[in-house]
Amino acid sequence: MTKQVQQLDRVIIRFAGDSGDGMQLTGDRFTAGTAEFGNDLSTLPNFPAEIRAPAGTLPGVSSFQLHFADHDILTPGDAPNVLVAMNPAALKANLSDLPRGGDIIANTDEFTKRNLQKVGYTANPLEDDSLAEWRVHAVPLTSLTVKALEGFDLSKKDAERSKNMFALGLLSWLYHRPTEATIQFLETKFAKKPDIAKANIAAFQAGWNYGETTESFSVSYEVKPAKLAPGVYRNISGNQALAYGLIAASVRSGLPLFLGSYPITPASDILHELSKHKRFGIRTFQAEDEIAGVGAALGAAFGGALGVTTTSGPGVALKAETVGLAVTTELPLVVVDVQRAGPSTGMPTKTEQTDLLMAMYGRNGESPVPIVAPATPSDCFDAAVEAARIAVKYRTPVMLLSDGYLANGSEPWKVPSAAELPDISVDFATAPNGEDGTTFLPFARDPETLARPWAIPGTAGLEHRIGGIEKADGTGNISYDPNNHDKMVRLRQAKIDGIAADIPALEVDDPDGDARVLVLGWGSTYGPIAAAVRRIRKSGGKVAQAHLRHLNPLPANTGEVLRSYDKVLLPEINLGQLALLLRARFLVDVISYNRVRGLPFKAEELASVIQDVIDSE
Amino acid sequence: MSDLITNGRGLSLVPKSDVALGMKDFKSDQEVRWCPGCGDYAILAAVQSFVPELGLKRENMVFVSGIGCSSRFPYYMNTYGFHSIHGRAPAIATGLAASRPDLSVWVITGDGDSLSIGGNHLIHALRRNVNLNILLFNNRIYGLTKGQYSPTSEVGKVTKSTPMGSLDKPFNPVSLALGAEASFVARTIDSDRKHLQSVLRQAAEHRGTSLVEIYQNCNIFNDGAFDQLKDPAQRDEITLRLEHGQPIVSATKAVRRSADGGIEVVARSEVREEEILVHDAHRADPTLAFALSRLDEPAFEHVPIGVFRNVDRPSYDELMAAQLEEATAQRGAGDLDELLLAGDTWRIG
Repeated sequence: MTKQVQQLDRVIIRFAGDSGDGMQLTGDRFTAGTAEFGNDLSTLPNFPAEIRAPAGTLPGVSSFQLHFADHDILTPGDAPNVLVAMNPAALKANLSDLPRGGDIIANTDEFTKRNLQKVGYTANPLEDDSLAEWRVHAVPLTSLTVKALEGFDLSKKDAERSKNMFALGLLSWLYHRPTEATIQFLETKFAKKPDIAKANIAAFQAGWNYGETTESFSVSYEVKPAKLAPGVYRNISGNQALAYGLIAASVRSGLPLFLGSYPITPASDILHELSKHKRFGIRTFQAEDEIAGVGAALGAAFGGALGVTTTSGPGVALKAETVGLAVTTELPLVVVDVQRAGPSTGMPTKTEQTDLLMAMYGRNGESPVPIVAPATPSDCFDAAVEAARIAVKYRTPVMLLSDGYLANGSEPWKVPSAAELPDISVDFATAPNGEDGTTFLPFARDPETLARPWAIPGTAGLEHRIGGIEKADGTGNISYDPNNHDKMVRLRQAKIDGIAADIPALEVDDPDGDARVLVLGWGSTYGPIAAAVRRIRKSGGKVAQAHLRHLNPLPANTGEVLRSYDKVLLPEINLGQLALLLRARFLVDVISYNRVRGLPFKAEELASVIQDVIDSE
Repeated sequence: MSDLITNGRGLSLVPKSDVALGMKDFKSDQEVRWCPGCGDYAILAAVQSFVPELGLKRENMVFVSGIGCSSRFPYYMNTYGFHSIHGRAPAIATGLAASRPDLSVWVITGDGDSLSIGGNHLIHALRRNVNLNILLFNNRIYGLTKGQYSPTSEVGKVTKSTPMGSLDKPFNPVSLALGAEASFVARTIDSDRKHLQSVLRQAAEHRGTSLVEIYQNCNIFNDGAFDQLKDPAQRDEITLRLEHGQPIVSATKAVRRSADGGIEVVARSEVREEEILVHDAHRADPTLAFALSRLDEPAFEHVPIGVFRNVDRPSYDELMAAQLEEATAQRGAGDLDELLLAGDTWRIG
């Protein structure tokens, strides 16, 4: 039987199943095959906070969405074209996201009376006509897998566990994905259990062969490789990119990296990743709490290390006092906040941009801190290097605001060479800087950067004391002098404000230069905003786009950019935190668009909001 | 019984001074501003006059503190110093000591700082055996906030915040440290310079966390808290001096095993010499040291001072450095380009 092959320019697949079904692994492997094939791609895992919610229930559903295309893409896609539903809960939880006409590949073996009842189905949706508006491919994935593994010395239960690999094989056939890398991956992953490796490979191949022979699938699809800029690529998630960025910052600054951290979703993967790279001289310290994590990082910074702490919103709240200490002692420190839905515990696995004002103002006293926010998963690498650059150059804590969407999402990344990364090396103080040639003034300042000298223990003649009490300008001695305090408050602020001269101007993307509406964003909304802007332009609309990477200080031309458009639209996954800052600072009547659903914006949603603003001109 | 006096590695990684330093070299130019008569003066003087004999480079010594009266200490030492925030000194010092094995790091803290707000950091530093010398100035009161009861105040303490008496059972810092399996635990008194310095010497020479509780008088808010131990008429009777390898006795009392398996204090006249418990600070099992730490309960009838425990186990910085070395030995020093290109990559163009 010769099957028809259809060409597509892009596809969005969502793998959904029970938390224990291995959907994240399936998604990861499909992504690896897709990356190897050369498509541009973007991924969005979505999993419950519960490690193993009761099997077969709605709270236990875990999913992985992958968008791949023959051109460059910006988001994991608004809605899937294909839903792989490993059980009734996965179908029920995801069906509303699947547009009518989309494909459903359902594992019929799991559509048992009991499983249907668990999620409130009174009848089997695969058997009545409730799914008539979708294209349903009913496949007994579990029993086909068990059958394919009959020759193996495996219990039925163990054989059933390979059903995700069967599904992966089927999808790999359906979309013409290469198979070698997955086979190699399984061989490596189960190197110590060769029987399990063989079984998984057999299941994977059986899935592929099933696609080729079954009549359930009459068409397979091809998505040609994308034309990306020449270079070597890899797929990378935000947390991994951020960890690599920190390692790069350590290498390029010549400072040993010290990470003080306490496990917290969704930031823990950065701790895990850095812990693997001790041969870079990286010390990772899993502290007793968030406060000790940042405290140890600051202590290490006092000793001359690149001090880093990684956390999420609740952890930032706990670290606030120590960040204030870093502000006043003027020591370098990188504080990574992988934002998640709040307040309090909120929704730990869901994304949000709600910590901007906490990063900006969440400390006692006048306590300015630079803030950097990456725009995409791979951009977490550059943003981490930039945060470290500012920290060591200006001797200040820097907040790096990632979020759950960036942390777990992934995209192809053109791998830079180490040599092309910025040189962020620092000079420690080595000699007295007082006029008499013997005195050391720990709070004398570089006239250009206003940074103070970084004199580390072990340096003879520069012994000095620092602390949280207000310091006399220059000497650093304890001072309660009112005018000195006013001066120090202003100096610390001026130092941070001055960084504006050392960061790129805000770039505006306005192809024809005649747009009257500007869409501004920051952080992880870059992808959806840019995708929405493309849609508007494709339909003939005029809109300009700008994206802030530095939130504090803002690029020097920010006010000028804002004032040069009739309308400024600012979508944020909060209730208008950046809008508040911009309105206060520039008196510009920014139009906010806010949704706080724990999910990224959809391109379609933003396109419609942008169109409304254009139409209201 | 081991006859090992110290583990001997305490100072081996800290560079030695080329020149002989004296007490004046360790005095900073800052005016000391504790209340006249405060026990902190005696401790400062004892430390300043004792540290030169360690022979270390001054620039390789760091004093880290939290918040409280005692925490002003670093400003008065002409070394590197970090006056941090309330309770967090052990955490900050952990990052410093773990990444800089060449430093002699001292944490100066008080009973409120280390046992209330910073209790968590203290016990974790102790269990990790971070290479720190923690001097816990215990005056059994909050001084800097003007006289509230502290976590070491006796039950029923009447203070501004407890007009009807405090309700909380106090911590015994030595018991707490032993419970956290600290490798070096000692107690001394601000007024006994000779004893104080001998304990500090042993603490400095111990690699790992040394916890030294120093009974310190606050003459403003809790004056006379340790008078029994200072009063010539009764101190020799009350004080049980712990010296490794020596029988545990005061002028009139002795410690022996009791019939129920514990230990007890009895009149010296009633006990045969061979029945008296001989102190073994190097005993691996901390339970006997713990039993000794309970002898001052409930009231100060007999108080052991000296080194309760001094055992050798790897310090945190050593363990951390060993992992770095092992990782490098196995796979070579890190190469950034190699790291970024590891895993599945593909080339375009």
